[in-house]
Amino acid sequence: MDSFFNEVISGALGRYNYWVVIFLMMSGFYVVIGSTNLVKKIVGLNIFQTSVFILYISIGKINGGTAPIVWANAERYSNPLPHVLILTAIVVGVATTALGLSLIMRIKHAYNTVEEDEILAISLEEDEDE
Amino acid sequence: MELLVNISLLFMLSLTVIAVVRLKSLFAIVMLFGIYSLLSAMIFIALDAVDVAFTEAAVGAGISTVLMLATLVTTGRWEKKSSRSSFLPLLIVSITGAALVWGTLDMPEYGNPDNPAHHHVADRYIEQSPEEIGIPNMVTSVLASYRGFDTLGEVIVVFTALIGVLSLLQVRTPPSVAETPLRNENRKLSRPYPVLQVVALVMMPFIILFALYVQFHGDFGPGGGFQAGVIFAVAFILYTLTYGLDDALALTPVSVLKALAAGGVLIYGGTGVVSMLLGGNFLDYNVLSSNPVSGQHIGIIVIELGVGITVASVLICAFYAFMTRALPDQGQKG
Amino acid sequence: MDVVTDLISWIFLGLGIFLGLTGAFGLLRFPDFYTRVHAASISDTLCTACFIFGLAFQSGFNLVTAKLFIILILLWLTGPAASHALVRAAHTAGLKPITENSD
Repeated sequence: MDSFFNEVISGALGRYNYWVVIFLMMSGFYVVIGSTNLVKKIVGLNIFQTSVFILYISIGKINGGTAPIVWANAERYSNPLPHVLILTAIVVGVATTALGLSLIMRIKHAYNTVEEDEILAISLEEDEDE
Repeated sequence: MELLVNISLLFMLSLTVIAVVRLKSLFAIVMLFGIYSLLSAMIFIALDAVDVAFTEAAVGAGISTVLMLATLVTTGRWEKKSSRSSFLPLLIVSITGAALVWGTLDMPEYGNPDNPAHHHVADRYIEQSPEEIGIPNMVTSVLASYRGFDTLGEVIVVFTALIGVLSLLQVRTPPSVAETPLRNENRKLSRPYPVLQVVALVMMPFIILFALYVQFHGDFGPGGGFQAGVIFAVAFILYTLTYGLDDALALTPVSVLKALAAGGVLIYGGTGVVSMLLGGNFLDYNVLSSNPVSGQHIGIIVIELGVGITVASVLICAFYAFMTRALPDQGQKG
Repeated sequence: MDVVTDLISWIFLGLGIFLGLTGAFGLLRFPDFYTRVHAASISDTLCTACFIFGLAFQSGFNLVTAKLFIILILLWLTGPAASHALVRAAHTAGLKPITENSD
């Protein structure tokens, strides 16, 4: 029984940050599919995105490692590859967020609302008029 | 100790996200998103990713938040009560989450040096990059040299996003030169935000100096073109927020920014073409100098400069487009 | 000597923690927006200063100390300016502070 508990605890300690990441990811996903406001959807998308960043960086972490910059006293370095991927992804992320937000501004201009269901109702009406 | 820090930071992240899901005030949601980014930057530091951490701090807590706030000015700050039932999304999310948690049970344990992720190409980056590239920061060597092609693609994505933003939103044309002197006289008489303007003016040179340090010290410490570009953009965003869009547009005209954004991509791609003309592969910096290592140095400095210029001008220009939409009236500031 | 600097450093850190907690307590307990910002921002400047001094004693006299003091100057410039911006925005938006006369 004791060994079973030890196994569970060490398994949990080895994976807790993946689980938190999944929680954050799913919360972001919930905001994206569950809310109708487009700005809130963008925030949800960004939360999802940042949680993926945390996942990648956790995978790159090595216990007892240091930041991957050559240092005389370093025993071992954490994996630099995920850092590179995520570093560029963050900047690409803000550029695409800017694009999404500017689309929202145009939608507001065209429909005078940023609520998804109202936009759908208005565009349905327009279709019927034609 | 590290475990405790990690767990408490992750716990705070979860609390922030729960608040974001439950709140209806978009203004509060955007501010919480800024906090979320700052917390995740701290997690990145705890996980040894210093380069990533300060990109995230500058981008997530700085630029994303400001862009979202500018959007809120036009779209309104309250979410309407949704008539839709939240049951179905909750079900989908729970099922997906449960499947993912089940998936993690097969994942190797966090932090174990023997994990497969650390033994594909990472070994080579860690062991050989100090000799092959000759710079201490492995992240920069991988970013600019080993994976230079990938980074070129990402710079082009950033540039393309600017084209998208500018085709959707117009940047206001600043008032003509004839009006400018009078307007400046008026501004001297009545500074609308004296404290903020003075603080911003004091901070700006230091922010720009720091950006340049990050740009050119990126080979030796955390930093590089992406971070420097973002920090550089922050200086101008601060100026715009305190002094108004017209002054900022007079300082950095949009036509110049557009040219710089394209110019940065051109510098990056041009380095690749030059290396081809000198007989190497595309973006093979070894041929740029008689000595392969110094060739790598030259190549990395030049392409990081291109990245920095593009990122800074894209973000500044996109911000101007947002501010034009958010503050359509002349003279309305803040 | 080490014990003395350690002690001084911990006194500063403890004071910083106390001030930070005071600020947080005020933020939660004070009645309206202006008093809350007041509590948070006033304790914040001294709190960060205490932390920086404590850490400076820990690090000894080297480049790290200089960097810490640059951070301190940065925080002293930006923190009050940010509080000022916050309060000013609330005032412009028309939020009235609680005064003795109001109920």
